Amino acid sequence: MQSINLQLASYSDLFMLIAALVYAAAFIVFAIDMATSSKTIRILEAELAAESGASGDASAAAQRREQLVGAGVVGQEPAAGSSATVTGRGGTGEKTGAGNTDQNLVDEDMAYLGTTRRPAANVAVALMVISVLLHAFAVIARGVSANRVPWGNMYEFCTTGALLVAAVYLLFLIRKDLRFLGTFVSGLVVVMMCAATMGFPTPIAHLQPALQSPWIVIHVSVAVLASALFGLTCAMSVLQLLQHRREARLRTGGEGKPAFMRLVPSAFSLENWSYRINAVGFVMWTFTLIAGAIWAEAAWGRYWGWDTKEVWTFVIWVVYAGYLHARATRGWTGDRAAWLSIIGFACLVFNFTIVNTYFPGLHSYAGIPE
Amino acid sequence: MSQEDNLRATRAEEAQSGGKNRQREDRRDVAVPALGFKDSLRFAWRQLTSMRTALMLLLLLAVAAVPGSLFPQRPAGPEIVNQYLEDNPVQGEWLDRFQMFDVYSSVWFSAIYILLFVSLIGCVLPRAAKHAKDLRSAPPRTPRRLNRLPEYGKVVLESTGPSPRDAVAEAARILKKRGYRTDIREEPDGGASVGAERGYVREIGNIFFHLSLIGVLAFMAVGGLLSYSGQKIIVEGEGFANTLVAYDSFTPGSAFSEDRLEPFSMTLDGFEAVFDRESETHYGQPLDFTAHMTVQEGTDGEATQQDLKVNHPFDIGGTRVYLVGNGYAPEVTVRDGNGDIAFQGPVVAQVQDQLYTSLMVIKAPDAQPEQLGFVGFFLPTAYTGEDGVAVSIDPELYEPELNLNSYYGDLGLDDGEPQNVYVLDTDNLTELNNRDLESGGITLSPGESYDLPEGKGSISFDGVQRYVGLDIHHDPGKWGVGFFAVLALVSLGVSLFVRRRRVWVRSATGPDGSTMVEYGLLARGEDFGLREENVSLRRQFEKAWPVVAPEDDPDNRQTASSTAGTTGATENRPE
Ligand code: HEM
Repeated sequence: MQSINLQLASYSDLFMLIAALVYAAAFIVFAIDMATSSKTIRILEAELAAESGASGDASAAAQRREQLVGAGVVGQEPAAGSSATVTGRGGTGEKTGAGNTDQNLVDEDMAYLGTTRRPAANVAVALMVISVLLHAFAVIARGVSANRVPWGNMYEFCTTGALLVAAVYLLFLIRKDLRFLGTFVSGLVVVMMCAATMGFPTPIAHLQPALQSPWIVIHVSVAVLASALFGLTCAMSVLQLLQHRREARLRTGGEGKPAFMRLVPSAFSLENWSYRINAVGFVMWTFTLIAGAIWAEAAWGRYWGWDTKEVWTFVIWVVYAGYLHARATRGWTGDRAAWLSIIGFACLVFNFTIVNTYFPGLHSYAGIPE
Repeated sequence: MSQEDNLRATRAEEAQSGGKNRQREDRRDVAVPALGFKDSLRFAWRQLTSMRTALMLLLLLAVAAVPGSLFPQRPAGPEIVNQYLEDNPVQGEWLDRFQMFDVYSSVWFSAIYILLFVSLIGCVLPRAAKHAKDLRSAPPRTPRRLNRLPEYGKVVLESTGPSPRDAVAEAARILKKRGYRTDIREEPDGGASVGAERGYVREIGNIFFHLSLIGVLAFMAVGGLLSYSGQKIIVEGEGFANTLVAYDSFTPGSAFSEDRLEPFSMTLDGFEAVFDRESETHYGQPLDFTAHMTVQEGTDGEATQQDLKVNHPFDIGGTRVYLVGNGYAPEVTVRDGNGDIAFQGPVVAQVQDQLYTSLMVIKAPDAQPEQLGFVGFFLPTAYTGEDGVAVSIDPELYEPELNLNSYYGDLGLDDGEPQNVYVLDTDNLTELNNRDLESGGITLSPGESYDLPEGKGSISFDGVQRYVGLDIHHDPGKWGVGFFAVLALVSLGVSLFVRRRRVWVRSATGPDGSTMVEYGLLARGEDFGLREENVSLRRQFEKAWPVVAPEDDPDNRQTASSTAGTTGATENRPE
């Protein structure tokens, strides 16, 4: 077995710390963006007003307003069809209601609108990019120094997972304006990095024989990627719940606090997007489950043995299957689906932290030194 | 927004036409009329096969699986369960009553998943039947008002353009190329229209996915019947033949019979372990285990030498052999009070930790006049600290040492009850050697021997062998499980990512004599790309026909403006 490059490994450790610090900075700046959002919104509104005054119909602002009117028309029509249109989402009036009382500052498809100028958020995104680069170097260096994939113990799962959460988020940012998720995502990444570097720091080492299999590459990488997606959707589901409450308050003439939520798309749009991402995550998780079973067959001779880790992987799978079903069940869309998405991610975190460390089982590869 | 419209429109549409299920669901919630027996049955069946019940059962299944990770499970290790029952007698008994130690074969867990699968069959089969009919029938009739659909567009052609009928034919060609099934019809008011639908495999994917789950379950059951698994420990130089008596422990499936055992035999020629000697933090961590074996297939096959490694099992005619453990087997000779050899050979020592501190139990029931027993530790690299206690400091054989206590008396083996070979029952034994006794403990290095007090006999430490722990499994059901699991994965992808949508295109002669084409799109189920499809279709139509720029056309406003967010650039050409 090739020796470990300790020099490179120590660089990896160092860059991991630096990346964590830069993430923390990004988190702070995102938080500032959130805290000052009422100011941002005032500026934006002034701009919108000026624009629509200046250039009439063709302006973006007017178009957006028109869009809302359009939504109203299209939305109301099917209501004539039958009672079955009621989907537990508060009926057709909701979206229009929210739109009318609360001017739309974000696009429902989460596309970038040229008008939105948010300097703090942009700085934070730039910081995220820098830290992802540093972080990627650290993770790759870790793998290269030991000549293997960098996910052999909890420290490594966690740092690789954090990298994927941040990278997937940045990839989405290229096409979609998900800056409203920044505080959540960078916060999650900071927590993961702290957990890894402080909770279960593990010096570099070779893999034990049980982990020396090509399946570690396939099974774990997809699992970590799926977890990253579920992490994103969990954040979106939390926002969806908040936004839903806020929309309900607005409809009854209440206040639209907190101001930050005005920079977040509607609950409905959040729900659709988290559904799309969860669907991808679910397919990946299904793959993880099957690949894990194949690996278990190759390593232990049985593809499924209800080992604690297997139990929880199954529980997570069933919860997200429930989530997908909920989306097709009357009365279960909206808030309840969001809760299922949140519970699913909570189970995932539980599976990773508590099950790995406190539950005895065959999968005891946490690698935490005593 | 497009998504919202889709969903609503789809649901509205389904409620009106095909979606009997949902409608039924609605009615059911409204009133539960007084029912006769047959009707009650039908009512119960509908309840069971409803989406809501499926969802409840799914969530229940998730919750029900959890206790299996909280309490030790019998199939995984009955010893741990017994230990738990001993430690928690009251609570343990109650838990046992509720089958908390056999969760996955318990009545309640089985009830949940059987109900779930019955519900699944009741749900999927009617869907499959309906879809089979859909597959054979033409796309649905063209709605009267296309502009009510969630996506709508209209183009007016120059006077040089094709006639309405030709335009519709052309539109049908375009749609066909995009994977739609098309059907051209005459319209009552003179024009023509085409109904088109694509993505039929979405529903097929959904049905296959659910049926595959049944396949997985069915073949797991087949495995439960026909499989067997067993454990065997082999010391270097020893052999194993695949017969029932040769196993240390054996778990047969319910329909197992001994003639199902694949005939083969194997011998452990040697075992090698590599430990990390470079790392400071992980010094002594295992890196590689190799068992050198001689394997003979059948009863008179050719013997071949093969290496068995972790993660790389042998496959002998569908029976798989796994390297799951290894350790040391010190060789000892025990002589009794008469000076006769009462026991000789390697003793498998149970590994206790990463440093291969190993628990030794030696029983010499043939010893005369008193039976002899020994308990203690084998240490591959012994180090005696200041407190006088020897510990192992390395997994490799650098300084092997035996530390034993000895006993004489009745080992309890004569009454025929099976005993755990790794446990010495000291109830009817008298201690001879112990660190705390005057005689002290027995400490032996290889080649040394020790005379027991009171002339009870002697023990010598002759050398050390290695052993491997093998798991031997045969499960013919696993191929079916694997096949259906992969089928489930593939059809899940199809079901979630293929888009099922309908398009209708209608063409008529406008008031000024030019040809007018309008079209509408409808998604069935979740479809987030309907607007993009609208835009692509429009682009194709504009390429195919000389289209009049739709200035100030009021019908176009809605589509154009609502596209501003994503696709404004392509859509809003006139502006
Ligand atoms: C073993 C239990 C089940 C599991 C793990 C499961 C899983 C899933 C998953 C992952 C989906 C989403 C993917 C797709 O659309 O194909 C789905 C969809 C669906 N399932 Fe199930 N299912 C189960 C049982 C059932 C049962 C009992 C029913 C009927 C009562 C049912 C009816 C449906 C329907 C109608 C959809 C399509 C939903 C839609 O229109 O979006 N499933 N199921």
